[in-house]
Amino acid sequence: MNETAAHAHIQSGQRLQTGQQHPIRLYLLVWGMLFVLSAFSYMVDYLGFQGYLRWTLILLFMMLKAGLIVAVFMHMAWERLALVYAILLPPLLVLVFVALMVSEADYTIFTRLAFFGTGP
Amino acid sequence: MAQTIGTHGEPDLRPAGLRGVAADFASDQRAFKTASWGKAMMWIFLLSDTFVFGCFLIAYMTARMSTPVAWPNPSEVFALHIGGQDVPLILIAIMTFVLISSSGTMAMAVNFGYRRDRRTTAILMLLTALLGACFVGMQAFEWTKLITEGVRPWGNPWGAAQFGSTFFMITGFHGTHVTIGVIFLLIVARKVWRGDFDQERRGFFTSRRGRYEAVEIMGLYWHFVDLVWVFIFAFFYLW
Repeated sequence: MNETAAHAHIQSGQRLQTGQQHPIRLYLLVWGMLFVLSAFSYMVDYLGFQGYLRWTLILLFMMLKAGLIVAVFMHMAWERLALVYAILLPPLLVLVFVALMVSEADYTIFTRLAFFGTGP
Repeated sequence: MAQTIGTHGEPDLRPAGLRGVAADFASDQRAFKTASWGKAMMWIFLLSDTFVFGCFLIAYMTARMSTPVAWPNPSEVFALHIGGQDVPLILIAIMTFVLISSSGTMAMAVNFGYRRDRRTTAILMLLTALLGACFVGMQAFEWTKLITEGVRPWGNPWGAAQFGSTFFMITGFHGTHVTIGVIFLLIVARKVWRGDFDQERRGFFTSRRGRYEAVEIMGLYWHFVDLVWVFIFAFFYLW
């Protein structure tokens, strides 16, 4: 991809300033895709899908939107892998925390139902 | 993606892939070869902020999973009465589109900044700030509506009491981030407009030369705010 190369701007006698330079078309495309994906996730609620279909669609559209924002808008697709891994791998540990708290919440509701019945 | 550029513009011959990760972290002085310290620090700050919002969403999940009382249906709670019928979640949908649009204008501002188009960059940043302010305004409207309907951090008319506390906590923190982002945008837009980054005028705080990279770093923060909203929208409003 040639457009991924950042262009150095040489000014008269000044130091170089480099940066991410990509065609505007790419940003407009991603912008449009984010709009469409948001419309899709809104339709999930509007059409009243329930159960596993609803949760799968919500997570799918969420991950696609998050991926587009991080990869293109935040330019992660063009950074070196050292930065990508340093930033994107640690949040995966949050999933471990999620697993711990799912187990904890299950236990809490079990004790609540066992000792108080259905009411709080 | 394999192509990388050093911060000073010379072609970089560093290895790619996993070998590159090992080489970068084992190298002298700095691990992030293409990101300046400013950009790397913003990324690390955003990583820490990810954990903050991650903890909020996990707290919300735990509260919602552990209560025997039914959770209020967000689709009905956030419905607006328009043209004689209730449209579900419509305000939240509009807020989502406004925030995505502001992310779009911010990405374009970064692009025009690196083209050294001072005027367009500043205008796009002001437009981003305006859309961000719109978002905060709509959030204030939403809070007012819910508070008048009787939602409190300790209870609400529709179901589980934890709904109010998680709602105010999560959207409140996100709204604060947007507000700070708007202020940050206005400050950087003023610098762009004044030509600080063309003249490499030194910053009032760091005394470092102004560079258009400041716009990109500002953009990272703004896109992150949008990114957090994607998760809040999915987990709090749609789930």
